[in-house]
Amino acid sequence: MSYLLNSSEILQTIQMINQQHLDVRTITMGISLLDCTDTDMDACCRKIYDKICRCAGNLVKTGCDIENEFGIPIVNKRISVTPIALVAASCAAADYSPIARALDRAAKETGVNFIGGFSALAQKGFTDSDLRLIRSLPEALSSTDLVCASVNVGSTRAGINMDAVALMGKIIKETSERGYMGCAKLVVFANAVEDNPFMAGAFHGVGEPETVINVGVSGPGVVAHALRECRGQSFDVVAETIKRTAFKITRMGELVAQEASRRLGVPFGVVDLSLAPTPAVGDSVAEILEIMGLERCGGHGTTAALALLNDAVKKGGVMASSHVGGLSGAFIPVSEDAGMIASAREGTLCIDKLEAMTCVCSVGLDMIAVPGDTDADTISAVIADEAAIGMVNSKTTAVRIIPVKGKSVGESVDFGGLLGSAPIMPLHRGSAAEFIARGGRIPAPLHSLRN
Amino acid sequence: MKAIVSVFAKDSKGIIAYITALLAEKEINVLDISQTLLQEYFAMIMLVDLTDCGLSFTELSSFLGQKGRERGLDVHIQRQDIFDAMHKV
Repeated sequence: MSYLLNSSEILQTIQMINQQHLDVRTITMGISLLDCTDTDMDACCRKIYDKICRCAGNLVKTGCDIENEFGIPIVNKRISVTPIALVAASCAAADYSPIARALDRAAKETGVNFIGGFSALAQKGFTDSDLRLIRSLPEALSSTDLVCASVNVGSTRAGINMDAVALMGKIIKETSERGYMGCAKLVVFANAVEDNPFMAGAFHGVGEPETVINVGVSGPGVVAHALRECRGQSFDVVAETIKRTAFKITRMGELVAQEASRRLGVPFGVVDLSLAPTPAVGDSVAEILEIMGLERCGGHGTTAALALLNDAVKKGGVMASSHVGGLSGAFIPVSEDAGMIASAREGTLCIDKLEAMTCVCSVGLDMIAVPGDTDADTISAVIADEAAIGMVNSKTTAVRIIPVKGKSVGESVDFGGLLGSAPIMPLHRGSAAEFIARGGRIPAPLHSLRN
Repeated sequence: MKAIVSVFAKDSKGIIAYITALLAEKEINVLDISQTLLQEYFAMIMLVDLTDCGLSFTELSSFLGQKGRERGLDVHIQRQDIFDAMHKV
């Protein structure tokens, strides 16, 4: 037997972890709550709480054990559940916020840092339960700490439910009146995916097994470090370097995912091939784009740079994992990325450029703080634009927009921790009230004659 | 189970002797050692076999970390699988 030590490879891994912020961003356990339905609200809440605590009781400890043995930080341990609008449909109650509070208690009992799935899928129209859930959102989000919510308002196959878009503008506005943190936990999707491990948009889709382990990797700092070595070289070299780096990052995620799945006795679902930034210096997606040769993220060239990055991350990662899914790609949450915060603050990164960037990256307008006096129709119009991009391009798009009460352009808001801080960004003037008031559906797009 | 012990410190006499004595005390066999000097910094990588070690991985990890800190050494232990996964296709 040979014991070949390749010290340069080992040192490279150790440096990636210690100096370049390599980590597993999240181990997320998906749990089906379809067997927790009840006509009585209290009974439904009890079943939900009991099932989550039973299934995820060992999740955090297992995550910490793996972290310890492999020496890889696993930043978040989280839970996603079946969209609550489905689970609560038979409850005879107009207000679903007691369920949110049951989820919150279960999250605190199991020690996870977020629980996602207070969600409704309303891309083609509302069920009565979807409407009850959406109307419960302001109270649910303001009376809980760890519950994340999402609403899917459009898809490539169904078109865009403009009644849902209009309603979500009002709900976001109402939620923001009770404090901006509520809006940081609420995502409006088009083409939402069923196996996303990332918050705030994670939920456990109906096509998923009873329980599942999904893992989200990260490592913008590692990609940035690798790209610094190829300054001045062609895009062929840049793409190849990102692919190689993404491969290594994803292999690590795959190992952690398989290990977690084995120890918990829960099937492995997917690795989400993602570059998720944090506010820490050196852990920024914007920095990668700047290393490619842009003076500032948000300037001309940013969309092309992001398109290359997003594609190369997927190509490198896809061979490293047996099952790939989730949102897979680069994330651009403004408040969570030191480089984006800086660009937005100096005005180089504006809402229009961000919208363009969402055409080529993994999600959408994410963690964007806007003036507190922004009206509901404007928020709905921002959602409609983003949903249209997702619908037409057959990709997931999302809006996590945060009107900050009492603040205006030029000020900033601090969310704390991984959510970071954000300058208040200006939106365009000009009312969309009449447009949003129309309601109905924007029809699904044609799939031939693609131009 | 095999694991990688990594030691980083300012170079000084007796680092290898100190670490291997700790490992021997816990019945850990050293399979291979590689060391390099990065300027005045010492980096040592050891492949070890934990088969006869009575401690849990977590206990061993905190024991080595603590004993390392007492001598100004940065000592970590990680399962070998992570390096294989990242660098071998």
